[in-house]
Amino acid sequence: MINPLARLLWTSFQHPDTGAFTLENYAAAYGRWRYIDALINSVVVGLAAALACVVFGVPMAWAVSRTDMPAKGLVWAAILGTFIMPNYLGAVAWILLAGPNAGWLNRAYMGITGAAAGPFNVYTMTGLVLVIACYSFPYMFVFTRSALDLVSSEMEDAASTLGAGIVRTTLRVTLPLVLPAILGAFIVEFLEAIALFGTPALIALPGRFQVITTTLWQMFEFPPKLQVAAAYSMPLLLITVFLFWLQYRIIARKGFVALTGKGGERRLVRLGPWRWVLLGYCLFVTSLSFFLPMLVVLQAAFAKAWGRGFSLDNLTLRNIRFVLVDQPATRTATYNTFLYAAAASLIALVLALAIAYIVARRLVPMARALSYVAMAPFVIPGIVLAIGFYAAYTAKPLVLYGTAWILILAFATRFLPIAYTNSDAAIRAINPELEDAARILGGGRFLTLRRVVGPLLKRGLAGAFILVFIPATRELSSAIFLYTTGTQVLSVLLFDKSDEGNFELLSSMGLILVVVTVALILVGFRLVGRDFLLRRTAS
Amino acid sequence: MSKLSLRGVTRRFGSVTAVEAFDLELQSGEFVSLLGPSGCGKTTTLRMIAGFLAPSEGTIEMDGQVISSPASSLPPEKRGMSMIFQSYAIWPNMTVAENVAFGLEVRRRPRAEIRTRVDEILDVVQMKALAARYPQELSGGQQQRVALARAIVVQPAVLLLDEPLSNLDANLREEMRYEIRRLHDEFRITTIYVTHDQAEAMVTSDRIAVMNGGRVEQVDAPRALYARPRTRFVAGFIGRTNFLDGEVRGATVAFDGFAIETARFTDPAALRGTVSFSLRPQSVALHAAAPAASDRTALILGRVVQRAYLGEHWDYAVRPDGGALRLRVTARPHEVFEVDARVWLELDPRQMAPIE
Repeated sequence: MINPLARLLWTSFQHPDTGAFTLENYAAAYGRWRYIDALINSVVVGLAAALACVVFGVPMAWAVSRTDMPAKGLVWAAILGTFIMPNYLGAVAWILLAGPNAGWLNRAYMGITGAAAGPFNVYTMTGLVLVIACYSFPYMFVFTRSALDLVSSEMEDAASTLGAGIVRTTLRVTLPLVLPAILGAFIVEFLEAIALFGTPALIALPGRFQVITTTLWQMFEFPPKLQVAAAYSMPLLLITVFLFWLQYRIIARKGFVALTGKGGERRLVRLGPWRWVLLGYCLFVTSLSFFLPMLVVLQAAFAKAWGRGFSLDNLTLRNIRFVLVDQPATRTATYNTFLYAAAASLIALVLALAIAYIVARRLVPMARALSYVAMAPFVIPGIVLAIGFYAAYTAKPLVLYGTAWILILAFATRFLPIAYTNSDAAIRAINPELEDAARILGGGRFLTLRRVVGPLLKRGLAGAFILVFIPATRELSSAIFLYTTGTQVLSVLLFDKSDEGNFELLSSMGLILVVVTVALILVGFRLVGRDFLLRRTAS
Repeated sequence: MSKLSLRGVTRRFGSVTAVEAFDLELQSGEFVSLLGPSGCGKTTTLRMIAGFLAPSEGTIEMDGQVISSPASSLPPEKRGMSMIFQSYAIWPNMTVAENVAFGLEVRRRPRAEIRTRVDEILDVVQMKALAARYPQELSGGQQQRVALARAIVVQPAVLLLDEPLSNLDANLREEMRYEIRRLHDEFRITTIYVTHDQAEAMVTSDRIAVMNGGRVEQVDAPRALYARPRTRFVAGFIGRTNFLDGEVRGATVAFDGFAIETARFTDPAALRGTVSFSLRPQSVALHAAAPAASDRTALILGRVVQRAYLGEHWDYAVRPDGGALRLRVTARPHEVFEVDARVWLELDPRQMAPIE
């Protein structure tokens, strides 16, 4: 983790041929209008997407947490479904839905109005923003909802007894109490959006505009301009680190009882007929993010040709079989995906567990510093991490590029924070006195770990494994820089095949990922409980 | 030779000194409590004895062997002690019987012996019927009994208890105090008991070490500690008391509003300069009329300023004439005095404990 970052920084100042110290890379990176333009695009997309997330996520969070809106279970399931879809699969779905002319929405519009062309075009800035927002608003929902869940009704009652109505109470008391959570989530959404690679690559490139991540990717087209890319990734890294620090400060600020207070008594707000309006809104948003995309992905995955529509004679299992059995490239990629993800999860978990244990029991001096190292990848965009890995492991002393290990290690590093927060929570839940008791009765440290700590950690760790495994199976932004022929994973292959326009195949690959994810989540529910996935562990 | 001895044991955390120059000798089979308010260093001391912490200065010896010193500490698992924790620390992944058997398994006792000894000890703590239960299925008191059984079954060289009753409700706590003492009388294990509850310490202990701010204030048997506290802290911490500050003037000690001849105190020769005493509320008698004078007691005229009836006794506050002092006096239920009534206070100077 440290080595790739140090290399990244060093490389950004290095002359491509001589290796001498130079600022040329920075000049090259920021000297062209095209590159600056991409930077600006990224910021615009990030802000707009984060804003859209607020519009999508906050009303839904309020509806689910504080009101008597019906069908909350359905809304909740749809949000979970949204969360499960890899963002690039969402992008593929939206190309099917809102591609110019051939997209389902355009065809429906033309069918209804008889117009010659549909109004929707996904290959635009607006399209990109909306698609990104569709697949990142679950964070906003979860952050806001867990804050709302902590607001006691007594706070609202206090306002009501002073004569404030529902609307006034909600706007003046409830929302301000959860504002830090919303702000925190806004920052996370912004960072997500600017670090995203899959969706912009699928939408922005055909739409003929660039963002930071796609620009970085193009710098790696032959011949790779590693040094320039390293220099160009610096603002992404710095913005991210700064904003995460800011988010930490906002969340940590005192005076917002919503984040610290006890639950207290909670009653739901009675909305009357308005609850149907709110439900309509929730279903509208989840239709955009989940129901419609899932429908078209399913259709395409099982269709001979997706354009021929929903008829029975268009049904086939050929695509799925093609991916899993017939085509060697996809078969290998499927196998690689799960193998690498499993290996990466295992490495991340073992490392995280060791660090968490050392930190919690203060086995070595300066143990706290270790925990910062474990959490650091959280603030490093995947794409920057990948470039760092590329810089560090394509040259001696350790050449990993071209092997599976570079992908596995990159995945393990990238998701180490998830493994760490979960391991840390699991270990903190074990009272140290349980270990002390074993030791004073004559058990050594190792025996104590085996007989007491190990058995107690089992369930929590199974959950943590799943939480690392799921994102590792779908990781695209770091894989895209590190794969070579033979070490492709499904996400990379899916992206590679996207310019062939074979959407049936893309959908099938995406669907396989979704099905495996759902299966794992069900296992997680059984092991750990219903809220294990969308908990607020991010901060 | 003493079983356990602590010599000048000091523990610092950064710039904070948690325990300072702690000296204590324990005889084999003795039950000693470390009593003090929270943060006084008693748990730190216990954890040093257990081997979870090393002292910054000083040594701990067991049976004449140094087991803890700043240079090297025997790890806890090599000390042959056992410990009962505030949280009981019953392992939730093992049944009651498995919990109790753990220490014996670690000591590699034969399987048959383990079974009989676990059975026996569970019988002693009245938990035999629940041997196959998991800890989550037990009440707090039952978990406490399992913890006791698990600690005793290995016949430890020293038994350490860290506030073992603080998580129980009041009734159960009182019952378990006697249970702990009963088990001690039965097995005679050298025991160190950490608590902040003076009643607990008095019920269970042979001797009590009162700690304050990392230092030992006094080590004594419960009765001596109550009757003869040596410091202001001990006098105030163990039971309720009155503090009387006076000045020796020739053959009398002058207090605020009254004076007592030095000859009437236990050790007149030791009295010089300014002196302080602790006087228990029940060591003062109240009279409506002046009682017959005696050469043992001192008589002081005063006025009742406050009173409260507490069922088992009266709680009076009396102000001796000519001073601002308020003396707390407990009286039996039939000794009734109105507020503002004039009363004679009769006190025995030999029951006034000089304190530092």
